[in-house]
Amino acid sequence: MARAAVQRRLTWRRGRVTRRVDETPRVRTLVLALEEDWPGHLAGQHVDVRLTAEDGYQAQRSYSIASAPEDVGQLAITVERIGDGEVSPYLVDELTEGDQLEFRGPIGGYFVWDETPGGPLLLVAGGSGICPLMAMIRHRAARGSRVPTRLLYSSRSLEDVIYREEVDLLAARSDGLEVFHTLTRDRPAGWTGYARRIDLEMLTEVGWRPDEGPLGFVCGPTPLVEAVAEALVQLGWSPDRVKTERFGPTGG
Amino acid sequence: MDESQLRLDGNAAAGILREVFAMDVSGAQEACASCGTIGWMGAQHLYMYPLAPGAVVRCSTCGDVLMVLVRGGGRYRLALPGLRWLEMREPVQAPPET
Amino acid sequence: MDFISRGFRGRPREQAPAGRLPPGQYMVRDFPVLSAGPTPHTPLSRWTFSITGEIDEPRQWTWEQFRALPTETITKDIHCVTKWSKFDTVWEGVSVDTLLDGVDTTAEYVLAFSDGGYTTNIPLQDLTEGKAWVAFAFGGEPLEPEHGGPARLLVPHLYFWKSAKWVRGLRLMSENSPGFWETYGYHDYGDPWREQRYSGD
Repeated sequence: MARAAVQRRLTWRRGRVTRRVDETPRVRTLVLALEEDWPGHLAGQHVDVRLTAEDGYQAQRSYSIASAPEDVGQLAITVERIGDGEVSPYLVDELTEGDQLEFRGPIGGYFVWDETPGGPLLLVAGGSGICPLMAMIRHRAARGSRVPTRLLYSSRSLEDVIYREEVDLLAARSDGLEVFHTLTRDRPAGWTGYARRIDLEMLTEVGWRPDEGPLGFVCGPTPLVEAVAEALVQLGWSPDRVKTERFGPTGG
Repeated sequence: MDESQLRLDGNAAAGILREVFAMDVSGAQEACASCGTIGWMGAQHLYMYPLAPGAVVRCSTCGDVLMVLVRGGGRYRLALPGLRWLEMREPVQAPPET
Repeated sequence: MDFISRGFRGRPREQAPAGRLPPGQYMVRDFPVLSAGPTPHTPLSRWTFSITGEIDEPRQWTWEQFRALPTETITKDIHCVTKWSKFDTVWEGVSVDTLLDGVDTTAEYVLAFSDGGYTTNIPLQDLTEGKAWVAFAFGGEPLEPEHGGPARLLVPHLYFWKSAKWVRGLRLMSENSPGFWETYGYHDYGDPWREQRYSGD
């Protein structure tokens, strides 16, 4: 039976930052301690984060939960510093271990995966669009699932790849997870992976055939998401088997 | 600015919708009263604060307004001008972690 | 005690000159883009501007005819209901007085209508006597589509949602009829100095 998080009134809660992880030069993961009344989340759900200044000014953003539901008692969000943003520079550079962060969640019931929809999985990420997909990959690993899963992940350069070591380690378990990188700007010497924006040809090579009944999750900047969703439908995928999550321009 | 960036997925309105509804609406199915297309609320197009003065959900097929939610002045006004129906899933209690 | 995020200050907020910022507003230097729907791209060859409703002879201009009308340069502060204000914005446009010149009407209200289906209602007297324009240029450049180009209504003394982007005409009405945001909970009139944001404010 489909497992859905218990739904109750959505209230703002506070979590203490227990750990920070440098993922790339511009991306940092924050791990928050959860209280016992946290209802649990589904892979792909997000939280709303709210910052309050001393004069009462508030700013609110949404961040995908990157940790697996099985990672009980804590929750990880991964934040990319947007240069002229007002929230992400604070979360990446200012907030530190011991600080409290106000958030509410888990939120969202559409862009979620809990193993029941079936079919092989195609996960397509652009940049920090990997975050909700990472929750799915970690959930899959924690459950010991062998659902055939392919991750196609577009980054600017190798040093911009978030969770690179962990993804490579999980792929090395040979339990049905395959990982394909494409680097759109800079490539290290001897790079043999893809070296261009995701296109129809790449999706033909990496994606599943429509008759294999695949389910797709696409997350990233709007242009990437719309191009990938369009290409998959062109390849014969049913539109309702392609779930998308776009980044807005207020991601900062 | 690339103007397509103004458009989000209905999924991004899940938080504000949970302030009004007891159940998650982003994962609900809906039928557009204008073109009849059946889809998921989370997959429809969204224009939302601070990029709009409220949350406007439009049918991703025909563009008509399905739902508008405005919060302010201590009130929420919810309009459903373009929904023929909305179907939410009954939440299932998670089994206790062991 | 209310929660404070340690060390969070938010975007630097500048001090605005006294008396220039309506209550609850803050000053910005950029020009945020707000929209309730996709950006229309009506070619100028198909663009018209119409005055309809309570008028004996409805009026219509093509883009060329509209651009042949006398224009004015307008420098005004604008105030968005989402709380940003921008000072000294410079527009070029045709005064609504020019568009309504010689029109005899009993109408007291106007519904401005736009490409994409957007509407907003405004009392007629708030559009006349040098208070409103149909603007086609901003900062000396043709108005960009994301900011309402080719032409938008400019009613700077009301909250900026009244300055309908992509405007295509004015319907003169004897009775008031709410537009898009007015239907969905925003104030019928929208005076920033009286902070008329929401219906009932």
